[in-house]
Formats: sequence, structure tokens, C-alpha cells
Amino acid sequence: MLEHFSHIVTVFLLVAGLFIIVARGNLIKKLVGLSILQTSVYLLYIAPGKLLGGTAPILAPQFSIYSNPLPHVLILTAIVVGVATLALGLALAVRIREAYGSIEEDEILALDRAEDPA
Amino acid sequence: MSLALHLPALQVVLPLISAPLAVLLRHGGLAFATVTAAAWTAFACAIGLWLQIGQAEGGVISYAIGNWPPPWGIEYRVDRLASFVLLLVSGMAALVLPWSRASIEREIPRDLHYLYYAMFGLCLTGLLGITITGDAFNIFVFLEISSLSSYVLIALGRDRRALTAAYQYLIMGSIGATFIVIGIGFLYLMTGTLNLADMALRIREVENTRPVLVALAFLTVGISLKLALFPLHQWLPSAYTYAPSAVTAFLAATATKVSVYVLIRFYFTVFGESLVFDKLPLPQIMLWLSLIAMFGASAIAIFQDNLKRLFAYSSVGQVGYITLGLSFDSVNGLTASIVHLFNHGIAKGAIFLLIGGLVIGMAKAGAVPPAPTFDRLAGLAKRMPLTSFGIVIGGLSLIGVPGTVGFVSKWYLIVAALEKDQFWLVGAILLSSLLAVAYVWRFVEVAYFRAPPVGQEARCEAPLALLLPAWLLVIATIWFGLDTSLTVGSALDAAQQMVKSGR
Amino acid sequence: MSAETAILASLLLPLIGALGIALAGQAPNLREGITLATSALLFVCVAQLLAPVLAGMRPELLLFELLPGLPMAFRVEPLGMIFALIASGLWIVNSVYSIGYMRGNREKNQTRFYVCFALAIGSALAIAFAANLLTLFLFYEVLTLITYPLVTHAGTDKARAGGRTYLAILMGTSVVFLLPAVIYVWHLAGTTEFRAGGILPTAMDKGRSRSCWRCSCSVRRRPALMPFHRWLPAAMVAPTPVSALLHAVAVVKAGVFTVVKVAVYVFGLDQLSGATDWLIAMSGFTIVAASVVALYADNLKRRLAYSTVSQLSYVVLGVAILAPLSVAGAALHIVAHAFSKITLFFAAGAIYTAAHKTEVSQLNGIGRRMPWTMAAFSVGALSLIGIPPFAGGFSKIYILSGAMAQAQWFALGVILISTLLNAAYFLPIIHAAFFKPLRADDLAHPHGEAPLPMVLALMTSAGGTVALFFFSAPLLQLVRQLVPNAW
Repeated sequence: MLEHFSHIVTVFLLVAGLFIIVARGNLIKKLVGLSILQTSVYLLYIAPGKLLGGTAPILAPQFSIYSNPLPHVLILTAIVVGVATLALGLALAVRIREAYGSIEEDEILALDRAEDPA
Repeated sequence: MSLALHLPALQVVLPLISAPLAVLLRHGGLAFATVTAAAWTAFACAIGLWLQIGQAEGGVISYAIGNWPPPWGIEYRVDRLASFVLLLVSGMAALVLPWSRASIEREIPRDLHYLYYAMFGLCLTGLLGITITGDAFNIFVFLEISSLSSYVLIALGRDRRALTAAYQYLIMGSIGATFIVIGIGFLYLMTGTLNLADMALRIREVENTRPVLVALAFLTVGISLKLALFPLHQWLPSAYTYAPSAVTAFLAATATKVSVYVLIRFYFTVFGESLVFDKLPLPQIMLWLSLIAMFGASAIAIFQDNLKRLFAYSSVGQVGYITLGLSFDSVNGLTASIVHLFNHGIAKGAIFLLIGGLVIGMAKAGAVPPAPTFDRLAGLAKRMPLTSFGIVIGGLSLIGVPGTVGFVSKWYLIVAALEKDQFWLVGAILLSSLLAVAYVWRFVEVAYFRAPPVGQEARCEAPLALLLPAWLLVIATIWFGLDTSLTVGSALDAAQQMVKSGR
Repeated sequence: MSAETAILASLLLPLIGALGIALAGQAPNLREGITLATSALLFVCVAQLLAPVLAGMRPELLLFELLPGLPMAFRVEPLGMIFALIASGLWIVNSVYSIGYMRGNREKNQTRFYVCFALAIGSALAIAFAANLLTLFLFYEVLTLITYPLVTHAGTDKARAGGRTYLAILMGTSVVFLLPAVIYVWHLAGTTEFRAGGILPTAMDKGRSRSCWRCSCSVRRRPALMPFHRWLPAAMVAPTPVSALLHAVAVVKAGVFTVVKVAVYVFGLDQLSGATDWLIAMSGFTIVAASVVALYADNLKRRLAYSTVSQLSYVVLGVAILAPLSVAGAALHIVAHAFSKITLFFAAGAIYTAAHKTEVSQLNGIGRRMPWTMAAFSVGALSLIGIPPFAGGFSKIYILSGAMAQAQWFALGVILISTLLNAAYFLPIIHAAFFKPLRADDLAHPHGEAPLPMVLALMTSAGGTVALFFFSAPLLQLVRQLVPNAW
């Protein structure tokens, strides 16, 4: 059980993120869910790259075990992407609030329906 | 140091540079010139690559970014399929950009124009990058570049529902992208490489392990979200309906098509047919989802009141034909998919460009263009004969009338079905095209037989700058329907290359 | 002019003509001039091809590859020659007639009418000359789409409903039956070219070939076999010249033409033996049933439409009997019916234009006011009943002798019964027109003959019906080339 610890956390984050996105009607909360979902990916990549007792890949005579740096680099990129997505999502939420006066999904849908019954 | 050797890099880098330049210039006209020039050069690069591929050894051009040899460095890898998709994407961009200059005048506030062009440049970069790269993680990065910029482009629509559509697309798209990156992560964990070609070799050793199957599942779901396969299509109709016309046309013609490309790439190049088509019931699932899309989405399309939404649902249905071709797992089926990817791209692009011209032509000078609902379209043939005739031709292509591109795709789909002795599928394919007749004919009857609303009988054809690019595409739908040496030839080559590499 | 240029010219001329007509839309006289000139030129072009075909040559024209291995190609062979000659020849007559009709009735959108008409003739010729199934199918669809605006010409709700039925049945059957058949033939034979003796491999097992034939035949519903006949009466909402040329000649003939062509050149007559019983039964039923419906139809055009449904089944029947003689009769019947039926439709249109009458029951005594029209009508009617010396006489005899040779007593019976029925629905009209007195309210509305161009046109086509009987040598020669061992 314990050896799969990081995987369990990953799966938990993944499911929790998806659940929040689906179950919450608040646009901001959905974005929070999305961020949690993405965090699970970070863990999925980074955890296997960690070697117990390994160190950063800096060549030095006293170290012989190094962690793989590639996952870290990849996830750095993924984090940037995640931040950009979050920023854009928040910006959209702000604009939606300006246009509709609400950030609750059901209220927005009701407003849309009132405007266009089709 | 010949320029021709660096075409793969230039293909992506030029549009990428044009985008920040457009932001720095802060001027609509200059930004337009920059991005359009970049798009045209990208198109030229794509043509160049397409010509080079004909001579290249084994039909593959490999380009090591920064001279780091693959599989360590990032590789740009152009094969026949990639070069075909590059042609479609860059060609559409080269056509839509000049068109959009006249259309966003009316649809987007003038001080935002330069941002529109910047986003367009980024979106183009992303789509081209996805197609050309040979690195799995690179696909994800470019996917996000194109997705994020397309969320912004959609949100630029005048209707406030464009905002909610963009938000919804952002959530769905990000889930899709996250799934894709999870899939790539599993593949990386199992094979220790990110280079697609290298991965394809190494995956043979681990192909029976569970993580590889999990990766396949995550990738399938993630990409299906992006390409709007039937139950995962909810984002598409609203996004296409409320986005600015130019954006709708460009995305409809390219974005879902590139996602299909990614799916083909992973299925045939990386996993290989035996894994995808034998180990899991994917072909059956794909087949049934495609059928539901072909019938369900087309049936929904018949009852739409907004022309843009109608054709958006039709897009969902047409994606069904593409994935149906994939599910056959044969050269002819794959050819059908690839040809339809191209053919549907140009036909739908033409239709959406014409609709864009239509709403602008209908609006009074300076006013925001109205939504193209059927009651406003009455008697359209009298007021805009060229526009309505063009939409009819595009619609005929969706039906698959011989002499248009749609027929060519359908021909190969049916040949593929006959090869497998699936006679009932032949019937299904043909019956579903009758649904297309129904929604196209709704437009025909409204446009040609109803009298125009009182006081609006005057001719108000869309401006020439909008008609010309749209009609170029309309002519292309007929041209490539009659002379198929380019499209079918490329698709057949690509399919053979793909299926061979998958075995 | 070389034969190849002649083919190209006859395919392009209608297109160029259509363009000219569209451009001359504002000047009616010029527009009609262009129509007439184009049709005359077209006939000359097509006639150029007759000599080489009679000499046994098969001029070809290869345009380009439609799909790999499937070119868009044209080849003139006897059957196509017959069809092309009828279509282009009758177009001249019909153009003259249309001018009278369209002007006499002050129809709207005349330019669109002439443009579509020219295009429809162009695609009919392309069908006639098609060298393979795919080319044929392509222009088949084009023809359907181009005739749609003609059917719905009036723009009324009724026209729209008619157009919907027309399109739904024609598109539906051709997409659902014909297209898979074409692809299946390609799948089996690796080609869709029309070749003497058939292209489907002889070794093909019987069951397969039979299912294939069934599929590709249920296909050719354009001949309006029941129960797929509904589009034809629906299409009668169109203006009369359209009904006359397109729905008595070009469109329906394209359908039966395809049946004959597919039977002879794709399957080969020998292949089909035994596979056509159901087709005989079906066409026999159609012949009788449609005649009965025609008997009860009061609307003149409707009666003619059902008569067409029944007459076309003669052609299908002739093919289904599979005797060389009856196939020859079928080919001849295409010609005979074309001339006779166009005369009848012309007459119906002339009556409508001059007297605004559409029902059979209103026609009492009209022969005295419109003697030329009704005389021509009688010629057409007698020809269709099968009385010599009119064109319909000898085609029927060929089909009959074919049926006797194959001992198809059912077919024989059907033809005899239907001849009686034909007489029953045509002769009363003639009788009423010439011998019954005018009705009281007709006396209050005097009218004369139809406009001169219309009368001219219908006299020409009636003359043709007679001439075909006496001067049939070139026609018989063509037919002999189609079915070498007919006699």
C-alpha cells in the first residue's frame, strides 16, 4: 500500500478535480477543480523521476546517483500551461460576470434561455 | 546552409514570431500584414515540404531542432500524412486571414484587432506544430498553444454567449488536454522516451502491460474530446455558433481535423494496429459512436434554427464519418478518413465563410451583424444569389453528391465497408447522407422559395473581399471532387505509409 | 470535325449556351435566339457522330481521372447515339415550343428556365455518352439537381411539395441503391467501364451476381417502376415544356437507358438468364396498374404521366425478357415513346395555353377549335396504343415477338391487356374532342389555336412519329449494332 502512496494521491487528485468540475456550478470553483486535476498530472510525472538518495544532475565526484531531470522540465512546462489556462479562465469568468452579473452556471443558463427560448 | 533544408522549422517558427510582433506593433493594419505574410509563407513552406516529401527517402523528412539528434532532442518529422495536413491548415489560414480583415471590421472592436491577429497567429502555430512535431510532449504543448488562443478567439464574439461558450470549451478542452498528457506520461514511464518513432519501437516490448492500455484509453478519451466525437461534442455547437465568423470557419476547417490527425498518429504510428484494434474493443466502440454521431448529430442539425448552429451540428456528424473510416483498420478506410478530413475541411470552411459574409451583408452599415436564423434568411437567393448558391454547393458536398468532394470520401468509406463485407454499414452510410439532404434542403427552401421580408428585397450581396476567398473554397470543393489526383493520391500514400508502419 | 471534338463540343455546347442565355437574360429575343442556335448547333454536332458509329467505330474521349483507375470518360455506342439523337433533336422542337408556351403564359423567371433546360440537356447527353458507370452516375445526379428548379418553377406550395417528392425519391433511390451498386460492381470487377458482353466476371457465382443485379436494378427507379413511380406525377407541377422534354424524354429515358445499358454492357445478357423473373413480374404489374390509374385520372397531364409510367415499363419488360429481339424492341420503344409522348404533352400544353383547360372532362368538342393540336394528339395517342403506321407500332411488335420467342406468356398477356387499356384511356379523349358538342359555358369563351410556335412544334413531333415508321433504316441499323443477333 505504502509503495503506491504517490499513485494513490495522484488518483485522488485526479478524481477530486474531475468531481469538482462536474458537480460545482460556480465558474471559479470549476477552475479550482481544473487546477487540482492538472496538479495530479504534475505528481504523475515527477514522482517516478525521483530516485531515493539521488541528487540533482550536477556532475560532481561525490555523487553517483542522479534523479532524471526530464520529468521536471516537462512539468515546468505543464505548470506554465496550467497557469496560463487558469489565468485565461479567470479572465473569462470576470468578463462573464460583467456580461451576466453572475458566475453561477444555472443562473447564466436561465438568462440565456430567457433571451432565446430556442 | 540551404533554406530548403530548414522548411520544417520555418513552418512553425514564422507564425510563432509573427504573433508577438503583432502585439508589439499595436496596430490593426500592420498586425494584419505581419500575420498574413507569416501565414502565406507557412503555406509556401507546406507546399515546399509536400514537394520534398515526394523525393525524400522513405517519404519521411526528419529535422532535428537545434541539431540535437533524436531521440534526445526534439524532432520535427514530416511524413505524407503530416505534409497533407500541413497543406490544409496553412492553406486555410492563408485564405481565412485576408477574409477576416473585412469581417472583423464589423465583429470585433477596432482597438482589439491587433490582438485578434496575434491570437490567430498563435493558433496557427499550435496547429502546425502539432502536425509537424515528432515528440509526444511537444504535441501537448502545441495543443495548448492552439487551444488557449482559440478560447480567446471564440470569446471575441459579439454575443455574450460567446463568453460562456469559450469558458465551456476551456473547461472541456483542458480536461481533454490533461487526459492526453496523462496518456503521454504513462507512455513515457513505460518506454522512457518521448520521441514518437522511438516510442513505437520500444512499445513492442511492453505492449501487454496495463499502463500502456491505460495510456491508450486516456489518449483516446482526451483526443476524442478535442475532435468532438459524439458524446464529447457538447462544446462545439455553441463555440462555433457564437465565435466571430472568421474564427468559426478557421476552427471548423482545421482544429478538429488536426485532432483527428493526432488520433491517427497515436493509433497507427505509436501503438500500432495490433494493440489498438485487437487488444481492446476500440474499433467496435469507435464504430458505434461514429454511427450515433452520423445519425444523431445530423438529426439534431435538421431542427436548428440558427444556420451556424445547424452546420456546427453537421460538423459533429461529419466527424463521425472520419472516425468511422478509422474503425475499419484498412488502407481504404484510412484513406477515406484522411480524404474526408481534407474534403470536409474545405467544404465546411467554405460554408462558414459564406455564412460570415451573409450576416455582414445583411447588417446595416456599422451595425453588429445579426444571427443567421431562418426567418431572416427568407428569400436569400434573391438578395444574395452568389452567397446562397455557394452554400448550396457546400451543402451538396456534405450530402456527398457526385462531382463534389464529399462524394469522393463517401466512395472510399463504402469501398472500405464492402471490403469487410459489412453491407448494413453501406446502408447506414447512405441513409445518414439522406439526413444531410434534409438539413441542406431546409436552407434551400427558405432561401429560394420564401419571399424576402417586406422592405428587404434589395440586393445586398456580401462585399467582394468576403465573397472571393469563400468562392475559391467553393470552387475547390468542386475541383477536388472531379480531379482527385492530389487529395486521393496523397491520402492513399499516407494511408499506405501509416498502415505499413503500424504492422 | 473529328469525332473526339464532336463529343467534346456536344458536351460543352449546352454549357456555353447556358452561359450565353444567362448573360442575355435582359433581352428575351436574344436569349431565345441563343437557345435555338445552341440547340441547332448541338444537333449538328451529335449528328456528326452518327456516320462513324454506323461505320462500326466507337469514338472515345477521355477527360481525366475521377478516382484512381476510374476516369471520367465518354464513348459513343449505338444505344447512346440513339438517346443523344432523340434528346438533342427534340430539344430544337421543344425550344420552339417553350418560347410559345412561356410567353403565352407569361411565366416568371424565364431566364432561369432556359439556363437549367440547357444544362439538363447537357447532362442528358453526358449520360448518353458515358463510358463507365461512375461517369453515368455523376451526370445522373447532376441531371436530378438541375431539373429540380424546373420542377419547382412555379414557386407555389404545390410546386414545392412536388419538388420535395421528386428530389426525395430520385436522390434517395439513386444514393441508396445506385451508388452502392456502382461501388459494388467496381469492387467485384475492378472497373466500371461499359464493355460489350458485360464486365462482371463470368466465373462469379450466380447468387452474388443475382443479388448484385437486383440491387443495381432496383436502382434504376428512374424509369419509375411501381412502387417508385410517385415522383413522376409529382413532377407534373412543372411547366409543360419541362414535362414534355424532361419527363417524357430526357430524365425518364435516362433511367430506362441506364437499365438497357447496364443489362447489355455490365452484366451481359447471357449472365442474366433466370435472374429477371421478378423484374418481368414487377414491370408487368406496373404496366397494367399504371394504365388503370391513368384510366381514372381526369387531369390530362396526370393521365399522360401515368401513361408514361406504364409505357416505360414496356422498355424494362423488353429488357427483362432477355430475348435479343425484345431488347431491340426496348431500344426502339425508347425512341417511339419519346416522339409520341412529347407530342401528347405538347398538345396538353397547347390546350392549357389556348383554352386554360387541364381536365379531360372539359375537352368536349375542342377538336373543332384546335384542329391541328388535336390531330397531333391523335397521332401520338394512336402511336402509343401501337397502331401502325405510327412509331409505336413496330417497337411493340418487336417486344411481342421477343416474348413469344422466349415463351414468356405472362409478358405476352400483359402487353395485350395493356394495349386494350391504352386504347381505353386515349380513345375517349379523341372521341370527345372531335365528336362531342361543345359545352354551354365553353361557347361563352371563344378561343382559337395555340400560338404559332407551339403548333409548329407539335406538328413537327407528330410528323416525326409518322416518319419514324417509314424511314427507320438508320435507327434499325443502330439497334442491330447494339444487339447483333437480333434478326
